[in-house]
Amino acid sequence: MQTNSIYIKKKHPSDAVLTGLIYLCALISIFIVVGIIVYVFVRGVGQIDWTFLTTVKSSKNGTYGIAGNLLNTLYIIIITLLIATPLGVGAAIYLNEYAKPGRLVRAIEFTTETLSGIPSIIFGMFGMVFFGTTLGLGYSILTGALTLTLLILPLITRNTQEALRTVPDSYRSGALGIGATKWYMIRTILLPSAMPGIITGVILAIGRIVGESAALIFTAGSGYFLPKSIGGAFSKILESGGTLTIEMYLRMTNAEYDAAFGIAVVLLVIVLFINALTKFLTKRFDVTRLDERRKKKSK
Amino acid sequence: MKQSTSSFSIVGSSKAKTLTERIAARIFLVCGVFAILAVVLITAYMIIQGAPALGQVGIGEILLGTVWKPTAADPSFGILYIILTSIIGTALALVIGVPIGLFTAIFLSEVAPKRLVKIVKPIIELLAGIPSVVYGLVGLLVLNPLMYKLEMAVFKGSTTHQWTGGANLLCAVLVLAIMILPTVINISQSALEAVPRDYRMTSLALGATKIQTIFHVTLPAAKSGIATAVVLGVGRAIGEAMAITMVAGNSVNLPLPFNSVRFLTTAMVSEMSYSSGLHRKVLFTIGLVLFAFIMVINLVLSRIMKKGAQDADK
Repeated sequence: MQTNSIYIKKKHPSDAVLTGLIYLCALISIFIVVGIIVYVFVRGVGQIDWTFLTTVKSSKNGTYGIAGNLLNTLYIIIITLLIATPLGVGAAIYLNEYAKPGRLVRAIEFTTETLSGIPSIIFGMFGMVFFGTTLGLGYSILTGALTLTLLILPLITRNTQEALRTVPDSYRSGALGIGATKWYMIRTILLPSAMPGIITGVILAIGRIVGESAALIFTAGSGYFLPKSIGGAFSKILESGGTLTIEMYLRMTNAEYDAAFGIAVVLLVIVLFINALTKFLTKRFDVTRLDERRKKKSK
Repeated sequence: MKQSTSSFSIVGSSKAKTLTERIAARIFLVCGVFAILAVVLITAYMIIQGAPALGQVGIGEILLGTVWKPTAADPSFGILYIILTSIIGTALALVIGVPIGLFTAIFLSEVAPKRLVKIVKPIIELLAGIPSVVYGLVGLLVLNPLMYKLEMAVFKGSTTHQWTGGANLLCAVLVLAIMILPTVINISQSALEAVPRDYRMTSLALGATKIQTIFHVTLPAAKSGIATAVVLGVGRAIGEAMAITMVAGNSVNLPLPFNSVRFLTTAMVSEMSYSSGLHRKVLFTIGLVLFAFIMVINLVLSRIMKKGAQDADK
């Protein structure tokens, strides 16, 4: 009798065990995500009402809202992006369009890689000493924003580079061929074509900023007041301002868990929204897919 | 017809235009060099801030000392336990996180039907977006009580055990293991998916089962990508601060599972705000140690990637 026939399936008990393990691990991963999100929502949603979102912590008025922190988060997002986006996009344009392969490019790519690997607490320490003390900005929203600029720079550079790479070379040669100068070509052809990718990078960066805490606690501080005048809205940039994550951390250390869960829900809502938005954008503007769609249509 | 003098003409080549061109090229160069400048500045500042204490207290005393009493009248600044905690904590987090992450990646890339992947993948991607303070909060209120129960079961009747209320190394390790999952899953999945289909087909045609193919053909072929995933996981775990500040107990101890411990990162978070003088300098030394670890990890990473690229060329 032949037992080695390939038509008779041999039983492999170890296969069953490994398959079981694969399913188990996948289940664990899914359970962790869903568990955390559901748990936070269940404990935190009840905390959120209009007063929680529109008041600031005040023992005089008996309120414990997070309006100031929401505003601080917005300030830090806007200022960081105003500085980091041009820098990151510029760096990507340099790497993709201007630089010739060599030492400098390798150095820039290596340092960009390094920046994305440095833990945020190190950025926080550096920001505190360099922007806070050496440049004399102290604990302020500006110090925090400058620190976060370093943190999100690699993210924006990477995404812009990716986007520039998907722009077909024929666009470049076409523009240059009819006599456009390089900068004109970049401005009118490359940047608009790469815009969806750049925007995706910016949105991912917003997600990073919203969730960041270790880089901010020693740079932006923990102020939570709303500006009282229009002048105050500008000078606020140089004042201490804690973001949502910092406020959440402080409430946790004070054992105000209900408020902490409330803030956690706000954070998760922002994160989920950003996630959905980037998904939508990458699907909508994926250049390769657009081409495929066009091909299908023409058939 | 009047000749257009619009500066938008792309044909003319006025002096102003070549100047704009040159300025544009310069500006882009500056943007590019900014990353180098940032890394050089950060490195310089970490060394300037962190190195003096090594001289003042003594390298051996700081790195090999086990007593951490920075505010005592006769202060002592030994950070050996803190360093060991970070190393052992990271290693244990990898022991738990890497298998779960790798198997999940196998599930997503090799086993699950496409339709299921479309649902599961976005859910798992959410893990990367959850802020670390939220992990800290959930760890504090869910894992800590569980750990406390475990602690009571293990050390029942013990008189020598220092009770931690569940805030211990094990708890921090679990939080870290969860936090490295998205990194490990994402990178290993892309590595597995990059393995050419022919490999799998050949193996299956030779009579290997699907599972044999995965573990004997696909995984070895993706090894440099998986190594990258693990190293990135190490970086993520050793650098994480806020999530484990709350759950690790935060006293300086030998890193045993049920001890309250302090990591390199949490040492900085918990004392930076009130430190001054030599104490502050030593905190920066801790930062420098962490920075050194990260730089080593970065070097290993670029080595692996270079090797992976070479293997792919072969």
